[in-house]
Amino acid sequence: MSFDQDLEFIEMGVKKLKRQLEGDPEAIVTMVDKMSLYTKVYNLCTQRGSPVSPRELYDKYKELIIEYIMSTVLPSLQEKCDEEILIQLVEMWGIHKKMVHKLFLYFQYLDHGYVSRNSLPPLHEVGLTCFHDLVFKEFKDKVRDAIISMIAQQREGKPFDGDSIKSVLDIFVQHGIEIGFEEAMLKEAAIYYSNKASSLVRKFSYREYMLKANECLQREKTGVSCYLNASTEAALLEVVRNEFLSLFAGHYLEREKSRFLTLLAHENAEELSRMFRPFSKDAIWSHMAEPLSNIFKNHVHMEAIALARDTAMNGQEFIQKAIKLHEKCLKYINECFQEHDRFRQALAYVFHWLCNTAVGGRQPLELLASFCDDLLKKDCGKRLSDKAIEETFEKAVKLLPYVYAKDHFLKLYRENLARRLLSESANDDRERKILVKIKQQIGNWFQHPMKRMVDDITSTRENQLSFRDYIDRNSSIRPGIDFAVTVLSQGLWPDFKLADLDLPPEMEKCKEVFGEYYQWKNKDRKLTWIPSAGTCNVVGRFEPKTMELIMTPVQAAALLLFNSTNRLSYSEIMTQLNMTEDNVVGLLYSLSCAKHKILIKEPAMKTISPTDYFEFNSKFTDKMASIKIPPPPVAKSKKATEGVNKDCRWTIDASIVRIMKSQKVMAQKELVKECVKELGHMFKPELKMIKKRIEGLMARYFLERDSQDPELLRYLP
Amino acid sequence: MRRSSSKKPGQAGSAAPANPSAADLLRTASSKATSKELERIDGLFSAYANGSSGLIDPEGIESLCADLEVDHTDVRILMLAWKMQAERQGYFTLDEWRRGLKSLRADTISKLKKALPELEKEVKRQPNFADFYAYAFRYCLTEEKQKSIDIESICELLDLVLGNQFRAQVDYFIEYLKAQNDYKVINMDQWTGFLRFCNEISFPDFSNYDPELAWPLVLDNFVDWMQAKQG
Repeated sequence: MSFDQDLEFIEMGVKKLKRQLEGDPEAIVTMVDKMSLYTKVYNLCTQRGSPVSPRELYDKYKELIIEYIMSTVLPSLQEKCDEEILIQLVEMWGIHKKMVHKLFLYFQYLDHGYVSRNSLPPLHEVGLTCFHDLVFKEFKDKVRDAIISMIAQQREGKPFDGDSIKSVLDIFVQHGIEIGFEEAMLKEAAIYYSNKASSLVRKFSYREYMLKANECLQREKTGVSCYLNASTEAALLEVVRNEFLSLFAGHYLEREKSRFLTLLAHENAEELSRMFRPFSKDAIWSHMAEPLSNIFKNHVHMEAIALARDTAMNGQEFIQKAIKLHEKCLKYINECFQEHDRFRQALAYVFHWLCNTAVGGRQPLELLASFCDDLLKKDCGKRLSDKAIEETFEKAVKLLPYVYAKDHFLKLYRENLARRLLSESANDDRERKILVKIKQQIGNWFQHPMKRMVDDITSTRENQLSFRDYIDRNSSIRPGIDFAVTVLSQGLWPDFKLADLDLPPEMEKCKEVFGEYYQWKNKDRKLTWIPSAGTCNVVGRFEPKTMELIMTPVQAAALLLFNSTNRLSYSEIMTQLNMTEDNVVGLLYSLSCAKHKILIKEPAMKTISPTDYFEFNSKFTDKMASIKIPPPPVAKSKKATEGVNKDCRWTIDASIVRIMKSQKVMAQKELVKECVKELGHMFKPELKMIKKRIEGLMARYFLERDSQDPELLRYLP
Repeated sequence: MRRSSSKKPGQAGSAAPANPSAADLLRTASSKATSKELERIDGLFSAYANGSSGLIDPEGIESLCADLEVDHTDVRILMLAWKMQAERQGYFTLDEWRRGLKSLRADTISKLKKALPELEKEVKRQPNFADFYAYAFRYCLTEEKQKSIDIESICELLDLVLGNQFRAQVDYFIEYLKAQNDYKVINMDQWTGFLRFCNEISFPDFSNYDPELAWPLVLDNFVDWMQAKQG
């Protein structure tokens, strides 16, 4: 066959195939047709001296495809628009793909043999490229406009075919063809919604505007979800939101802001919650959260400042008012502002300021510690019910997380707790409940050592019963005075002033008896006695009337000296009690110059000097039958601060060693960061302090600096 | 105290420079000196040594200096001590003497004198200088287990060792050390930190100084003090 004949044969075959694909019932491509075409191509490629070169065949193939497209595909798309063009395009593309596939089966040999060896694009690619160039490129703008007008119509409520849009978009995406769809669509959406928003603004109030805006957002969301991918959808929703918000800012924001402020000032919680009620948390209104939360923050801040500056208030009142303010704000946040984060942050900001700024020369944490102490003291139980005390406490400890120097608060609380626990009316159950509330607010590290203090008291009580048993069973060792011993675990309790002295024989006997009992019960524990703590009930036979005096054992020891003589000098007392000078001074002061003058001092000045004389005041009396003698004074608050600072240093040291031990080698900057993070829940260590501690640890051979890189620190095992 | 080892922190190993120059190599190669030279070196030693102790003591060093026409507080004597890796300030042992003079190839006083300028240059080359600088600190630790040097002596040492290279930094730092009360002594870490400071930090603006980095606290305070002065 000649060149032309061969080609014509091929052309016929292809035409038949086309007709079949288009649905012509008469065009059936049989197995024979397929085989003969395949063979023809094969022969043309392999025959020596074949009239048609592979290259010519290749070109012909391309020509056939192009011809098909030009004659069939393009006209079918030409006149169409909107939906129709999309559907038609998808259909044409489907057919084309089939045809390319089928043609490939015939021209296969060409692909294997010729194409790959000559680095030409493979046949199926040729087919696709032609379609790209001739159809997609030609019509892409039209397609895009069609889609956009369909979307616009959808907004007006016309019926809508999302599937065809999705198919077309998918095709374009698959083949990497840019039709500028997203850009055009977003632009169109912006215009549409800008108009819509303007029309709404003219007619509606803020709340209604917001509701309608939300409606539009929802509708858009459901509308486009079937054919837009996630990121385009998000971009679209963003555009819509912006259009509504840009107008909102201009028209409504100022009005709403001032309304909000007025409602806050009048404490109108009802109206405030109505302001936000129709909206869910992630609706548009949360965009307003920022300006409104700022107003809220400033408003609360003003109240806090007024509170802090009110010098007429005492510490108790300050804490009470602070608690009240906090509760009020919490109520707003929970009931009106839907617990939105920005409002919580605003509250935290103000209270961080309030709880750490000095009020009338005292730190709020000190006031808070005193407040807690007052609540839990004995006589408070007469004024308030248990339930009321717990509720008040619950609210008070909510302020704790705002306090920066929590470890300082811990120190104060511990001292107060010790005093309460050692007093007559220790209520360890209640103390325990309170500690649990503290734990809920700021964690276990704080309350755990104190819980053990409470445990001490509980076990003391149990111990008492078994001690009584012990005495009852051994009547010979009965000490003659009714007494009870509180045993404290060393290290948990604040340091007691160890006033060593010679106790009167009656008390010594008690010590002995209990000592034996305790040794018997706990063989490897050692007791150290603290006579300056604890209470002693002394019967004083005064001339007017006999009274009961409650005092510390040390004071009792001093008074008992006057049983044998009416008058003693300072030095005699000191010798007989075998006490140090500074302890004696405080002791005698509490008995002769304080509220109740059990002893008369000669000379009568209010200072104790070594030349003084003391006489039993037989004329002493009081309207009560039983009175408490205040204990010798002791300066404690300074110690607390000093203790805190020292602890601070050791805590930092411990933290550094801990981190370095696990890391072995670490850059100094990292170490500092880790350290601050680790200690953050207790206090904020300063950079200079940390550096100093690192240098100290280096001098003590815990760490060393790397010789090559001075920034690197190494742990020395 | 956890640590009982008496090892001084940061003690360097040998005296030989890490990157020997050709001249140094030549020197060490031929420091298998002749026995004649060794004899003369030993002889020189006995000329200055104290008969009973068998060491060159401070008196001996003074007369050595006089012969070398160098003041005994001159930094070159410190450099000589460094070359010898002398352990104890004010004293040279026979071993140290041999070590130093052998490597300087000096077996007479005049040769030793001539070797001094070359020695100066050698010390100033890195990494010798850092080594020398650290050595200078250790040399001044006279007591057993002493780890730091008092401010007065540090100021003198700084002037002696760094005065030529970093005049401004040294002068201001000395002024600061005398004015402040936080530190009564300086330790090795702070000492080496200062050299790094002079080498790396732009002076007197301190524009590249970052207190968050591992500079010793005393230098942070020094920078604060300087910046306060400059207003």
